[in-house]
Amino acid sequence: MSIRRRIVTVVAAFAALAIAVMIWAPTVGSTPISLARAFDRSIPWDDNVDAQIFFVARLPRVLAGGLVGATLAAAGVVLQALLRNPLATPFTLGVSAGASLGAMLAVTMRLEMTVLGITSIPLASFAGSLVATAIVYALASSQRRGLSTNVLLLAGVTLNAFFSALILFVQYLADFAEALRAIRWMMGGLDVASYFPIIAALPFVLISFVAFAMMTRTLNLLSVGTEAAAARGVEIVMAQRLAFMSASLATGAAVSLGGPIGFIGIIVPHLVRLIVGSDHRIVLPASALFGAAFLVLCDLAARTLMSPIEIPVGVVTALIGGPFFLWLLVKRS
Amino acid sequence: MCALLWADNVSFRYAAGAPLVVDGVTVRLTDGALAGILGPNGSGKTTLLRLLSGTRRPTSGRVLLGERPLDQLSRREAARQIAVVPQETELAFEYRAIEIVLMGRHPHLGVFTVEGPDDIRIAQEALASTGTSHLAERMFHELSGGEKQRIVIAAALAQSADLLLLDEPTASLDLGYQLEISSLLLRLNQEQGVTMAISTHDLNLAASICRELILVRDGSVLAAGPTADVLTPENVMGLYDVEADVRINSETGHVTVVPVRLAAPKRIREGGRISRSSSGSGR
Repeated sequence: MSIRRRIVTVVAAFAALAIAVMIWAPTVGSTPISLARAFDRSIPWDDNVDAQIFFVARLPRVLAGGLVGATLAAAGVVLQALLRNPLATPFTLGVSAGASLGAMLAVTMRLEMTVLGITSIPLASFAGSLVATAIVYALASSQRRGLSTNVLLLAGVTLNAFFSALILFVQYLADFAEALRAIRWMMGGLDVASYFPIIAALPFVLISFVAFAMMTRTLNLLSVGTEAAAARGVEIVMAQRLAFMSASLATGAAVSLGGPIGFIGIIVPHLVRLIVGSDHRIVLPASALFGAAFLVLCDLAARTLMSPIEIPVGVVTALIGGPFFLWLLVKRS
Repeated sequence: MCALLWADNVSFRYAAGAPLVVDGVTVRLTDGALAGILGPNGSGKTTLLRLLSGTRRPTSGRVLLGERPLDQLSRREAARQIAVVPQETELAFEYRAIEIVLMGRHPHLGVFTVEGPDDIRIAQEALASTGTSHLAERMFHELSGGEKQRIVIAAALAQSADLLLLDEPTASLDLGYQLEISSLLLRLNQEQGVTMAISTHDLNLAASICRELILVRDGSVLAAGPTADVLTPENVMGLYDVEADVRINSETGHVTVVPVRLAAPKRIREGGRISRSSSGSGR
């Protein structure tokens, strides 16, 4: 089978899975609905309760899960290749800590602004992620010769710790209700009220995904070695900058939409590599699609397992993802 | 003969204020050459190769590829003409050998282009000429040191470049693999006309396959020229602080270098005891 055929076939299989999950997920819930009825155009909209539940009540949340899951998984793939470290996550370089600090400050300072229908918490968290990205980038590129991945890692880890301390400090000063609200945000949640937050995050994610698509073969070469990649024609400094900036931008947008949902960015790329190998032309799109399906399923579990109580989706991804991941590791070794 | 690659009085330091790692070196590689860059560890061989391949720009001096300054070429253009075999290959993720070799096609492919039949044929030819066709589907990390090195050389060959620069290609290999790689390199040069520069600290590897040598110490050229002229006991002493017996095998014409004893200049004598610390690095 030619290489192109293989890429198209594998990615199409993952796409089919993601689409199937995202069409099925809205039919499950406290009120079961019929897909056939929801898509029946002959029934007037006002009389079609199934369609209303599907498109208004549940689909936005499923799409938010798909977008966040795809973004975190893809950003994880890019950062793991950039840092040449399979244990890197989209949050390794401080983006999520910056976003959390932003959200925390928005809650405690009672910022009640909205821009184009986006409320203060996502705005502040996106701003926080950009600030964190800028700080790490400035630190890592202070040396003349491009980004140092070691400095990048150390700066990210340090910034994570520093921002976490700031978050605890702000939380300590906040009153109980505010602190609780911020903590709930940090557990992750995809309970969007409309399509609007998704549409707002979409441009940033799309721009980043265009960058991701352009660098898939470069990520393969970086995985083999930076010097070797340079000798094979990769403009290393430009590739590293593009990878870091696009992954950070996408992660910031995803976190502002769904909160810092852990585990997706590491478990999904690993699972996908086990199935399809390490060629980033397959790993990257397959991880995005599998990440979408995985997070939508986790969110489905979050809202149905203990219904009517909702479990925070970040807790579900860690509870399902953690043991599953350990099982995989043990089974493989 | 016109030089294919010409480094003209190049110097390099890794950061402003740091010492020069390469200091006023001139290297001329002619078409079909098999040149050795010989020197002790830390003498600037790897950096010199990076200047020759264009992955680093010299602090002063210039490198010409044919008629054109190397730094005027994009990385992609340069990589179509100069391939590099790095000293070590540490994979962050697991790849099959054929995937590694196909990565050599990178500078010939567009951003969204996928390797076509021609690229696959070139990769298979590269595998064949390094004797690794049977390893194509194996996982790279499961291969032996010598097999890995041959795959990395195949990847560089798949780059379809005129020039191949190898950084210590036998440094981490045992004797059998060293012979295997050195005979492979000699064959690629003689049968396929690949122009090569090989950095090494191994005198006998250099002596057995290289037709010309550049001896480098502390970033400067100590001597350069045809192998038999350059490999003198005086030069070996100058390079490694080692007294050596240099012989020419009357049957094969090969030069062999047998180290006799460590020279003991004043700086490594300390109160009658010989300090080991300053002798090993050759600085």
